[in-house]
Amino acid sequence: MSTLEIKDLHVSIETEQGIKPILKGVSLTINTGETHAIMGPNGSGKSTLASTIAGHPRYTVDSGSITLDGENVLEMSVDERARAGLFLAMQYPVEIPGVTMTNFLRTAKTAIDGEAPKLRTWTKDVKAAMAQLRIEPEFAERNVNEGFSGGEKKRHEILQLELLRPKFAVLDETDSGLDVDALKIVSEGVNRAIHAGGLGTLLITHYTRILRYIKPQFVHVFVDGTIAEQGGPELADRLEEEGYDRYLVAETATA
Amino acid sequence: MTELTQEQETESKIWSQGFIKGMTEEGESLSEINPESGPLGGNAAKAHSHGAGAGVPDSSRAGRLTSYKLADFPAITGREEDWRFTPLKRLRGLDRVGIKGMELNGAAPLVEASAPEGVTVETVGRDDARIGSAGIPEDRVAAAAWENFSEATIVTLPAEFVGNADNVTTLTLTGQGDTPAASHILVHAKKFATGVVVLDHRGTAVLSENVEVLVEDGADLTVVSIQDWNDDAVHASAQHVMAGRDSKVKHVVVNLGGDLLRTTPTARYSGTGAEVEMYGLYFADAGQHLEQRLFVDHSTKNCKSRVTYKGALQGDNAHAVWIGDVLIRKQAEGTDSYEMNRNLILTQGARADSVPNLEIETGMIEGAGHASATGRFDDEQLFYLQTRGIAEDVARRLVVRGFLNEVIQQIKVPALEERLRDSVERELESSAL
Repeated sequence: MSTLEIKDLHVSIETEQGIKPILKGVSLTINTGETHAIMGPNGSGKSTLASTIAGHPRYTVDSGSITLDGENVLEMSVDERARAGLFLAMQYPVEIPGVTMTNFLRTAKTAIDGEAPKLRTWTKDVKAAMAQLRIEPEFAERNVNEGFSGGEKKRHEILQLELLRPKFAVLDETDSGLDVDALKIVSEGVNRAIHAGGLGTLLITHYTRILRYIKPQFVHVFVDGTIAEQGGPELADRLEEEGYDRYLVAETATA
Repeated sequence: MTELTQEQETESKIWSQGFIKGMTEEGESLSEINPESGPLGGNAAKAHSHGAGAGVPDSSRAGRLTSYKLADFPAITGREEDWRFTPLKRLRGLDRVGIKGMELNGAAPLVEASAPEGVTVETVGRDDARIGSAGIPEDRVAAAAWENFSEATIVTLPAEFVGNADNVTTLTLTGQGDTPAASHILVHAKKFATGVVVLDHRGTAVLSENVEVLVEDGADLTVVSIQDWNDDAVHASAQHVMAGRDSKVKHVVVNLGGDLLRTTPTARYSGTGAEVEMYGLYFADAGQHLEQRLFVDHSTKNCKSRVTYKGALQGDNAHAVWIGDVLIRKQAEGTDSYEMNRNLILTQGARADSVPNLEIETGMIEGAGHASATGRFDDEQLFYLQTRGIAEDVARRLVVRGFLNEVIQQIKVPALEERLRDSVERELESSAL
């Protein structure tokens, strides 16, 4: 049982207009086995939270803390965080020329586990995981994300989630840009990872659509860099009917 | 202007399904070639100094002057198409031989040969009849080398010699200092011979070199030319491949060390049914100028050519140039040709120029195409790999190794492949990334 704890997190980025605060005091605790959905309108800071957890250099943490079982995550480099058990499925996965998926997956697995996976079982695991995500075998020899469609990229993010078996997965708008069939395939993959056990999940999404396939126990609504409301799955149902308008109205009224 | 990363992507293919625009089954539907009165005819067209005298326009690669005589070539200004990327000031006078007393009389690289039984390595004088059987200079620097070399090295694989990855012939060519020098090498594979010949350039040199590769009918030859000079070396190498009927030639250029390397491989066909594969691998560090200019001249029927050049660049003013000219002449029906160049820019401040040129004079071909892409390894790629637990230095090596491996694994000589992988690793480690 692990715990990822975010306390009063303030994060800013440098822009041409100067330093811009994005997260203004976010606190969140995720335990193994829990699935938390983070929802909110564009620009509310959802993706900033995801990138900050992973350690993207663009984001500056001004105050607050992120700990993984008490260890200070903010002091770790990006790859150390991954080896500690954090995984980020990216909204826009990056193309890596010259590196095949096969080579990439094996190198990542070796880095995460601290030893090379046993060749025979590993090859079998990769093939099986690819098949379940309806990824054609020839993708194994293609360069990472190079020339992949949006849906293919997202399926490969979930492939990595299933193979690398992190303690906590942050899924940054994994559902955006997917058609219904791809959304189902991707959601099945996430559910397999959850049911395999030992995983805490932070599901970041703009839409409620993916929550029909992946059921969160907790829903947090982000507005303007803070958590405006939290609740159970029923909150997601309400958002589906009403959208984010009432938060934005409240924001305008208080502004 | 330190950051001149050029990013371009071109991809084009012309396959013989259906008609190519402007082509008929008999070829391109043009009027008579350059009538005397036309803008490209008469005095506007240059006659070859050897061979056919028919006027060929300057814009065609076929119109490039070729001659064994230095005097036939005008002084280089740097504005010529084939010199526009080369920093002439750094050629240490190789371009100005014969002008204002500039001489090319330094000691040629010391040649040490290691050859399997049956293969002969000879040192011969200028008057040896075999010299000139595969090539003719196409620029002033190569012509200067041709006029000034004193002895040539000839490697001969006898007819039906059976060579393989275990009995490689290696010429180690060690530069003898920075006095401008000329050298000449002929690699000759007789009928049905097979084998691998490695030219391993090292040390310090200011060298202009002609390499002739004569591949007789049915032979299967691999020639690997490695340029891993000391940092101050300047090397212009014109490599002339002549492929005989039904022969197979694999020509590999590896440009790693030196201040300025300009390698100009040319492939010509003396018979039908030949296959030429040309591979190149280069790694340009800060300040290095690595230039590769290729020419594949399809003049006979049913021949094939494949060109694959890949390069990595890192550091301020690292500059790589790749020019790939392919000419499919009217009589070269059934030609199948494809050329590709890829560059990977690892840091800011590096520049890659990549120019594929394809001239087709007949529509009756199997296929012809080219591709060029120059991409960057950037912080987002690094971040992505790191989020998968891969440490920064491992990530960078992973990308470069993977990228260049496509060429390295084509050499098919395990010991050599291992050495080149190590060289690439060293290049990566030596830089302050």
